[in-house]
Amino acid sequence: MPVLVLAEHDNKLLSDTTAKTVTAAGHISTEIHVLVAGANCGGVASEAAKLAGAAKILVADDARYAHALAEPLAALILSLAEPYEAILAPATTNGKNILPRIAAKLDVPQISDITAVEAPDIYLRPIYAGNAIEKIEASGFTKIITVRPAAFKAAENTGNAAIETVTAVADPELSAFVGEELSYSKRPELTAARIVVSGGRGVGSKENFMLIESIADKLGAGVGASRAAVDAGFVPNEFQVGQTGKIVAPELYIAVGISGAIQHLAGMKDSKLVVAINKDENAPIFSVADFGLVGDLFEVLPELERALDEGGTPP
Amino acid sequence: MKVLVPVKRVIDFNVAVRVKADGSGVDLTNVKMSINPFDEIAVEEALRLKESGKASEVIAVSIGPKECTETIRTALAMGADRGLLILCDQAIEPLTVAKTLKAVCAEEPPGLVIMGKQAIDDDCNQTGQMLAALLDWPQGTFASKIELTEKRITVTREVDGGLQTVELTLPAVITTDLRLNEPRYASLPNIMKARKKPIEVRSIADYGVDPTPRLKVLAVSEPPKRRAGTRVDSATDLVGKLREAGVI
Repeated sequence: MPVLVLAEHDNKLLSDTTAKTVTAAGHISTEIHVLVAGANCGGVASEAAKLAGAAKILVADDARYAHALAEPLAALILSLAEPYEAILAPATTNGKNILPRIAAKLDVPQISDITAVEAPDIYLRPIYAGNAIEKIEASGFTKIITVRPAAFKAAENTGNAAIETVTAVADPELSAFVGEELSYSKRPELTAARIVVSGGRGVGSKENFMLIESIADKLGAGVGASRAAVDAGFVPNEFQVGQTGKIVAPELYIAVGISGAIQHLAGMKDSKLVVAINKDENAPIFSVADFGLVGDLFEVLPELERALDEGGTPP
Repeated sequence: MKVLVPVKRVIDFNVAVRVKADGSGVDLTNVKMSINPFDEIAVEEALRLKESGKASEVIAVSIGPKECTETIRTALAMGADRGLLILCDQAIEPLTVAKTLKAVCAEEPPGLVIMGKQAIDDDCNQTGQMLAALLDWPQGTFASKIELTEKRITVTREVDGGLQTVELTLPAVITTDLRLNEPRYASLPNIMKARKKPIEVRSIADYGVDPTPRLKVLAVSEPPKRRAGTRVDSATDLVGKLREAGVI
């Protein structure tokens, strides 16, 4: 039976979280359909058609899907749900917002934030901020699944799927889009970045966060933050890495002035290499760091910048 | 307008979680339990609506064993008006919780349900959305700001790219994010007063909901542990190590 993947996009670009979800879907079924619902999203559909493993792209191009509101999108997905063995979405704020509505309407449980597919109906998912891993079996009903993108490799762009138009369905007219404040950054997106540099409370102020950003730019890295730094107003909410923020697993994670509360570790401990810079040598972050540097970040970061300059540009 | 606030009893966020040796779950014996932090934010937001004259009554509801009375008392000590304890002795899934809350909504009925976006034990992030779907209500998830008018509610949501603002019809379900508010501490006099506030006790069977889980938990295990690595003495040293490792 086919499975359906809900594409994550902004009507212009397809998020690589979709390619990662397609990989997860491939462990459940060999017939993968991808739904691109949006407004003027034809370009996204063409991108999705290249995803290796995708057999068919369904496009619902309509103004009511422009902002991925849960109510109209859930109505659309429910109208398409019948033939599918599983419906998957990346565990982004959109996926988390929309999928439980589908599950409830289909009267089935949802499996949130899976990190592995052990068999087509057996999944692993972290609980307790990643301090325990639950192995779950779901059989006998349509599986509604959100996928932790950081846990899966992106499907390659070698495919050539057929694109099919689907009809928009009536908007339940419960919700309306008012506005958005999105940060546009030239830096790589946090969850997709190969390197992430994050700052915590120790950074001290919004102005000082420049030090973090400057290192990040030297390395071509994404910028993250601990909850404490976000709560203190140093950076906006979308920078937060942790249990309830973004989950990242880059090749290199540099934590600066972050003590390492379990809620923060939950968001980065699957990084391949972790560096901690903190003046408190007993900070818990050092217990998960491959390289720890005890020191005042206001001295260390300028030195680090100089040391990076000396070796020329990164590969 | 009544505001219903579902509150969950969870392992305290400061407690280090231990997985049971037999892999059957997480060890909860003699572990400090508290109200789910996101639910505490929900209680606070409901109280602010009441204090600004926009809500008439705040009802805290919890589903679980009798110990959930403590969780409800926490909400009452903060200022909620009354409690509803729905007894259920087995672990239940978010869909079951949503179905039970739907039945509660039919009895009450509230103009707004405010609840945490996720519980810090199962990290599911489902119940609010499921409840909204079952009721055919709109949902304002991951809220960092709400503004209530006569017939509508404007919700600013924390989304991956930043903030999104939506307008919803009422009644609606709101789920809270971290920056919606900072919950108050319950004062001693209020804690005393809360002991006299009414808590109605019912059973999940009273609502005609079957609590049997449908997902099978095969095992609960420890995640692979990261080990502390080496200390470096300087930034130059660090850059050298990172270049050696080939990551920069």
